[in-house]
Amino acid sequence: MKALVGDLASSLMEFLERLGAMTRFAGAVVAQSPAALLRPRLVVEQVYNTGALSLVIIMTCGLFVGMVLGLQGYELLQRFGSEESLGVGAALSLLKELGPVVTALLFAGRAGTALASELGLMRATDQLSAMEVMAVDPMRRVVVPRFLGGVISMPLLTAVFIAVALYGVQLVGVQFLGVDQGQFWSQMRGAVEFEDVREGLVKGFTFGVACSLIAVFEGYNAQPTAEGVGRATTRTVVISAVVTLVLDYILTAIML
Amino acid sequence: MRKSRTIDISTGLFVLLGMTAILFLVTQITNREFALRTDSYRLQAQFGNVGGLKAGAPVSMAGVTIGRVESIGYDMDLFKAVVTLRIDKRYDEIPNDSDAGILTAGLLGGQYVGITPGGSEETFKDGDRVEFVQDAIVLENLISKYLFNQAREQATGGEVAATQKGELQP
Repeated sequence: MKALVGDLASSLMEFLERLGAMTRFAGAVVAQSPAALLRPRLVVEQVYNTGALSLVIIMTCGLFVGMVLGLQGYELLQRFGSEESLGVGAALSLLKELGPVVTALLFAGRAGTALASELGLMRATDQLSAMEVMAVDPMRRVVVPRFLGGVISMPLLTAVFIAVALYGVQLVGVQFLGVDQGQFWSQMRGAVEFEDVREGLVKGFTFGVACSLIAVFEGYNAQPTAEGVGRATTRTVVISAVVTLVLDYILTAIML
Repeated sequence: MRKSRTIDISTGLFVLLGMTAILFLVTQITNREFALRTDSYRLQAQFGNVGGLKAGAPVSMAGVTIGRVESIGYDMDLFKAVVTLRIDKRYDEIPNDSDAGILTAGLLGGQYVGITPGGSEETFKDGDRVEFVQDAIVLENLISKYLFNQAREQATGGEVAATQKGELQP
């Protein structure tokens, strides 16, 4: 019993320690960000790494998420004889929830792991220490551009995901199942407000900040061993997923 | 150098694609109209009940959208809803005895303000108040009115038994 309490207390302490370290790290990253923007070359490279390279998986998944949504939505709405509302239902659920969340999860899996393992390997092979020896600040040179690249990429990826998914909904709903095309689009336009689009992009941006920060933090602070790099990668995915879903609830509650 | 160029090009493509997607979402699937400051004038109308009317709902004449509902407020002195309408400047010759009503598009569609032109020579100016209004129809009131009438007819027609049991047979 005593051991259990002790275990619990020590894991709580460890959690608090990591949380504090991450907050400090976040402060340092944000403080360095304006300086890093003065050297856009490095940031552009990271937008390529996190954004352009994630594009294929985002578009493929978006298409299929949209197609499934079309099938399920049609099946459900048909019972009430209102298949024409498929556009509205799909557009709102994609903009508000599915788009940002699924994009963030894919982003954590594709770009977050790449960032964490890259930084972890740099740590393990002493590249970061070598930079410090050469009086190059690894935060400014390596960490911050990667963070900014992720932050810029996520809203764009979210928008692409939603647009492709809507095409998927339209493909299944209108082309395969025969929902009236005019009704589909006009009802969607009538019901979707600008605020809904903004909500999706704000969520995408917030998840981008969170997932990128977690990835660079875990990679930068990885144990300098092969096992440590692996663990940092795993933690990146797990923590990103949990934080994304928790943040999603909080943001929804605020913006509703 | 070659490699950094391909990176630049693909990054540019990616950013362009993302921006296009955002533009598509904002302009194609929302009802927002991106006219940069179209000239318009305001009218006010007081309603006893606005039903489910919302700011941003269309204002139409003969089915053509001529403006939007800008805001809906409540006047504590009159105990009425004050609806501000923003009408496109192009439609500035509406007779000032026209009437405004809150109507519903389709059976379950959204509500909008419909304006029926009157016969006056004078036209509405910025800030004018629409005198003749027709409140939103509340379905519950309509049904209860119908039921009451039915009940009264039956009661006066001598079929008291049905109303006593609370069964209303037409």
